[in-house]
Amino acid sequence: MTWLSIIIAGVITYFMRMTMVALVDRDLLGEKVKAVLAYVPSAVFPAIIFPGIFINDFGIFIEMNDPKIFGAIIAILVGYFSRNVIATIISGLFSYWIIIFLL
Amino acid sequence: MLTKKQLITKGILAVAPHMFSVIPFGIVCGAIGIELGFSPILVYAMSIIIFGGASQIVFLQLLSGGASAFIAVTSVGVINSRHLLYGAVLSEYLEKLSFVKKLLISYIVVDQGFAESNKFFQKNKTEPYLHYHLIGTGGTLWICWQLATLSGIILGSFVPEELGLKFAVPLTFIAIVVQDLKKLDHVIVMITCGLSSLLFFDAPFKSYIIISPIIALFVAALVLRLKK
Repeated sequence: MTWLSIIIAGVITYFMRMTMVALVDRDLLGEKVKAVLAYVPSAVFPAIIFPGIFINDFGIFIEMNDPKIFGAIIAILVGYFSRNVIATIISGLFSYWIIIFLL
Repeated sequence: MLTKKQLITKGILAVAPHMFSVIPFGIVCGAIGIELGFSPILVYAMSIIIFGGASQIVFLQLLSGGASAFIAVTSVGVINSRHLLYGAVLSEYLEKLSFVKKLLISYIVVDQGFAESNKFFQKNKTEPYLHYHLIGTGGTLWICWQLATLSGIILGSFVPEELGLKFAVPLTFIAIVVQDLKKLDHVIVMITCGLSSLLFFDAPFKSYIIISPIIALFVAALVLRLKK
């Protein structure tokens, strides 16, 4: 039963990946839709970022003095000015660790 | 013009920094599956059959928590439905590929690979072998995900929990969108999505992950109309 569910879940996931690339003719999408699609990264990734920072493992809102907020602010500043992915991630992690281990 | 090899290499390099979050997340994903009492083969098979980090963890947690198979499968579908959006964006650049190649390349599209290849595609629209960049990003993510979940399954989580490496996941995605903070329209769309995700966090089937992008895209359409 579990195996069957995994296979169905896998097939559904694969169809989500494949449908728009292989099955749907791009001309079916109007110009307006295509223009809106340019916003997809900005419209999707904050749904991973915000809960990852503001909601803890138990589904509860964190306090406003949580080290994750500090780490995220540092990462945003470093990322904004350095334009470097590694610098963004490392600076966020290190500033987070400094707070939880040293302070 | 870039050769196929150069494009793959560029793809690998573009996605490499994201391994800081993908590898710890994969280890945790494998280790959690074993902790929850599932067989190692089953936990690993998910990395090949589903190949989607967050959805794999949610699936196992739901089943072990006594949820029905229907709920577990639906949640995976809802969480991964964002790939419909990625596909719609990428289709512009993959249009010329044969049907079989489209079927094959779709399997390796995941968040970070989509994000980095999409950025590259926007700047290099005229390159003839663009999809090799996606093979570079997606292939790297696939291989690392397999190795990471396997390590988690075999060794357990050898990443100490105190390090809080889960925090690397939001950081990776911050790195992806941070440059768009320079554009006001994108900032509005991001804040809409982020606040919606917190507001709808408790919605069933983890559906906040697709509800908030839909709301944000509606706002994007409004913004576009106002810009004209």
